[in-house]
Amino acid sequence: MAIQETSKHVSIKELIEKKKQSKNKYIRSEKIVPFILLLTAIISVLTTIGIVATLLAETFTFFTHVSITEFFTSQKWYPFSETQGSFGILPLISGTLKVALIAAIVAVPIGLASAVFLSEYASDRTRRIVKPILEVLAGIPTIVYGFFALTFVTPILRDIIPALEIFNALSPGIVIGIMITPMIASLSEDAMSSVPKAMREGAYALGATKLEVAMKIVIPAAISGIIASIVLAVSRAIGETMIVAVAGGSTPNLSWDVTSSIQTMTAYIVQVSQGDAGYGTTIYYSIYAVGFTLFIFTLLMNLLAQFISKRFREEY
Amino acid sequence: MNTTIVKPENLAAVNGMGNQDAKGIVYRTKELNLWYGDNHALKNINLDINENEVTAIIGPSGCGKSTYIKTLNRMIELVPDVKTSGEIEYRGRNIFQKGYGVEELRTKVGMVFQKPNPFPKSIYENVAYGPKIHGIKDKKILNQIVEKSLKGAAIWDEVKDRLHENAYGLSGGQQQRLCIARCLAIEPDVILMDEPTSALDPISTLKVEELVQELKKEYSIIIVTHNMQQAARISDKTAFFLNGEVIEYTETDKIFSNPTDKRTEDYITGRFG
Repeated sequence: MAIQETSKHVSIKELIEKKKQSKNKYIRSEKIVPFILLLTAIISVLTTIGIVATLLAETFTFFTHVSITEFFTSQKWYPFSETQGSFGILPLISGTLKVALIAAIVAVPIGLASAVFLSEYASDRTRRIVKPILEVLAGIPTIVYGFFALTFVTPILRDIIPALEIFNALSPGIVIGIMITPMIASLSEDAMSSVPKAMREGAYALGATKLEVAMKIVIPAAISGIIASIVLAVSRAIGETMIVAVAGGSTPNLSWDVTSSIQTMTAYIVQVSQGDAGYGTTIYYSIYAVGFTLFIFTLLMNLLAQFISKRFREEY
Repeated sequence: MNTTIVKPENLAAVNGMGNQDAKGIVYRTKELNLWYGDNHALKNINLDINENEVTAIIGPSGCGKSTYIKTLNRMIELVPDVKTSGEIEYRGRNIFQKGYGVEELRTKVGMVFQKPNPFPKSIYENVAYGPKIHGIKDKKILNQIVEKSLKGAAIWDEVKDRLHENAYGLSGGQQQRLCIARCLAIEPDVILMDEPTSALDPISTLKVEELVQELKKEYSIIIVTHNMQQAARISDKTAFFLNGEVIEYTETDKIFSNPTDKRTEDYITGRFG
């Protein structure tokens, strides 16, 4: 018995020894694999740098045609006017912000409420059914949302608000809101569900109701994730293109009016890209300047998100 | 047999049987059964728990002791698929009765958990949370409650200069005493402790045990423990659970010196468990 056991022991040792000898092969892959991984990482970083560099270069060219002051302060965006073309981005920014704001007003309350429901009230079964559906909603192509806005939401809204133009900010704003709601709901739900159960139990044991636990324990503990989800969703709304291009119109104007036709930064880029603006014209370069402005917007949103979530994070 | 000397002041209580029940017993469990799905976790539990005493519940893992203590404040209902039958009377009222407010019950019956679970808030906010959800908003009163509760949990001196720092900066033992303070802040009647020292080092354990001795003057305490020495040190009565049943329930001195059941003896002498 004892002898058998020792011999077994030795054989394992031998096996390991053998493996060690054939290890050269493994050592090689141990060195090659990290190198490949590094390479792929570099590719994505380089691509990003490349995109930003192109944007920057073309934007600089644009600013040799149009002054920065005009670009950021002029209240008129008439790029196609041959006599007195005017490149003031404020009308496009206002279009984008109006739509994003409407979307946020729709999506944040609905998204958060559904997240609280899913994480605190729904049974496991409900959650298992509802969450994938939400995620499918997030996968619908935006062009579908676009004509949903134009052919379904706009007519209904026009019954309620007769003054509403066919192309307006309200309808695409609402539909973008619907589109980003699942994103807020799903990501916030993840953040809330990852709040440890023990913390909830602590509050329940003090006689807290479900609502008190959700509002005063779970949401504060998950706040950084919740804010991140909102910012991500709003960035998505700012960058959304198809819905506004289809249902928002192409009339840049600087106002808070949501009933009239607008143009967002993204929709302008679409319009020019589809049109026949010749290479090297001011209009051609303007899409880079607009694109760069858009990029600054989403970058600022991300920085804001990081700042807020750090500021309000409850460490546990 | 232990002969108990009946003190004169208790005589009246013993004679007036009905009165004694209403006064001295916080929890009366009658024929309690509990199932997790098909798993019959508690079987015909009958247990009376006395006021201002420490009642220890011991037994091997999976014997139902944690389940039982969580049933006492109905925290067990957070687990899906739990069914119960029988009654638990808390101060004369069946807690399973329709319309019995579970929040009200948990306000009277505090709980300290196995792993310290402070909220990710400041030390002050942790203690003030309970009073706040029960409607106390006056800053001065809250300050008093926080100080009193932290003193009551013997942690005031350690944290008084850092009340507004995050509770997660405290050591495990301090966190657990903070959780006890949080529980004291709403002045409960009973404190349930579910293996409160199992995640703590010996010195922190000692502190919590001393605290339990102190607290029993004002509160009735029910403590689940894995540690038999702990039960022997701090409790007045001990219940031994095995496979969902109460095997023996009597004075702690007696259960450790002279258990009546063979299984109790085997367990406390370390033959299994």
